Amino acid sequence: MSIQFLDTTLKNTTVLASGILGNNKDILERVYNNGCALVTMKSIGPEPRDGHNNPTVIDLGHGIINAVGLPTPGYTNMEKEWKDLETRDFPLSASIYGGSVEEYARVAEFVSKQKPDMIEVNISCPNSEKHGMTFGVHAKSAHEVVSAVKKVTNVPLIAKLTPQALNIAEIAKACEDAGADAICAINTVGPGMVIDIESGMPVLDFKKGGLSGPMIKPVAIRCVYDIYKAVKIPIIGLGGISTGEDAIEMIMAGATLTGIGSAVKTRGINVFGLVTKEMTRWLDRHNSTIDSIRGAAH
Amino acid sequence: MLKVAGKQEENPEFATLFFNSSLIFKPGQFIMLWIPEVDEKPYTLSSVSDKKFGITIEAKGIFSKKAISLKKDDLVGIRGPFGNGFTLPKPGDSIAIVAGGCGLAPLAPLLDRINHDRVSITCIHGARSKDYLLFKDRFKFERYFCTDDGSLGHKGFVTDLLKEKIADGNTFNKVYTCGPEIMMHKVFEICEKHNIHCQVSLERYMRCGFGLCGACVCGKEVVCKDGPVFGSEKLRDMEDFNKTALLKSGKEVALDDYFAWRHP
Repeated sequence: MSIQFLDTTLKNTTVLASGILGNNKDILERVYNNGCALVTMKSIGPEPRDGHNNPTVIDLGHGIINAVGLPTPGYTNMEKEWKDLETRDFPLSASIYGGSVEEYARVAEFVSKQKPDMIEVNISCPNSEKHGMTFGVHAKSAHEVVSAVKKVTNVPLIAKLTPQALNIAEIAKACEDAGADAICAINTVGPGMVIDIESGMPVLDFKKGGLSGPMIKPVAIRCVYDIYKAVKIPIIGLGGISTGEDAIEMIMAGATLTGIGSAVKTRGINVFGLVTKEMTRWLDRHNSTIDSIRGAAH
Repeated sequence: MLKVAGKQEENPEFATLFFNSSLIFKPGQFIMLWIPEVDEKPYTLSSVSDKKFGITIEAKGIFSKKAISLKKDDLVGIRGPFGNGFTLPKPGDSIAIVAGGCGLAPLAPLLDRINHDRVSITCIHGARSKDYLLFKDRFKFERYFCTDDGSLGHKGFVTDLLKEKIADGNTFNKVYTCGPEIMMHKVFEICEKHNIHCQVSLERYMRCGFGLCGACVCGKEVVCKDGPVFGSEKLRDMEDFNKTALLKSGKEVALDDYFAWRHP
């Protein structure tokens, strides 16, 4: 099921979502060896940052709520990680974030020198007051960030979007106009909140957190559907995918690649291989190909 | 949330908290303990009966000091159990348990669960001094103690006793160990030399507890999900074992720097 995506040949359509596992080369490689075609590093920021105190990640049974809060060693503080990754033999996407347009550009410029196959610009994280989502809910700021990043790098750019935008298609179009080479949608939904009724307190230390897992799939499908209509660049569809059938649905909405995150919990690290196998089986049974079903819902 | 049902003060720095709730678990598994407005941290289960379970806490950092000061009826959150747990010995096995300080906590339910008529057990337990030896009255079988100050048993390390037991002709086929990582590494080296299968219980900074966030990765192993117990076959390939760990930011640092941060 080999597929061409932004100058890189991928073995299938599965992508490791940013924020899941991606802390070092060894674990990224393990994810790749478990069937994932494109692995994404945890978002890299401008300064060292611890993220929030625990509880940060809670399993709700029907999905997950998290407010990890963008922990990062900081882009200049990752010599070992970068050095390890030099010798990798798998496709890599580096996720980045900043607290200002200038910071995004600064991080992107440095990160592109480490030669990832692509850079994912995270303008969609809901778990920080001043990073991420602030930039992704307005077309103007999304355009500014992507333009600034585009100026400092030749590495293909993916804009990662939030479903909290009033009109996600408009944001995607602004990113395309600013030079984004692909769109990744969606980041977690919300923020939501869970209150423990015995103590009467929000469970997450940050109080609010992004939702992921099966419950957000319809939101993700709708967003990808809207974005597909608005842009010509390819889309990584992400949100609630845990089976091959989910991935097929995402491709029918218009996605080229299919991201997986929370399903690593429910099905294990080999979820990528399982999803690919299930997709192939479905396509064989229906005598179809990925290309023939892409955007079929339109 | 659960109410603290009781507290056993083991010594000035160790306490066991009990909860009235049944938990299906394997020895070596852990829970996440949430103290509202403080933090949430992993603790291995140190005792489990039909309707009750306990965790034993060593007061080392801000959270654990708070945890041992909890009182009966205080409300805390418990998530879990998580992790893989120890692989239990088989009838006919001859095993050694090597515990350092509070490291006896995850090994104690293993000792509870083993049929002592069918498995030969040598239990070695070390601590800085005799007051820090856990569960002195819990087990009926003989234990071999050692202390840093010589206040009880052998003055020196648990590894001295393990080597001595092996030299005495004990043919262990499994060694279970928990304690400071440097100690566990030494135990592992001794086991490798004598061709004994070893299982260690690792500690890393954790967030989710179920293998998603990656905060606790040790090389390619996810400590909260693939571990916290790792056997010899994995330890041989774990270059970060007894070398490095990740800080809260995800930065990989030498183990000494990691522990300096965890226990200031």
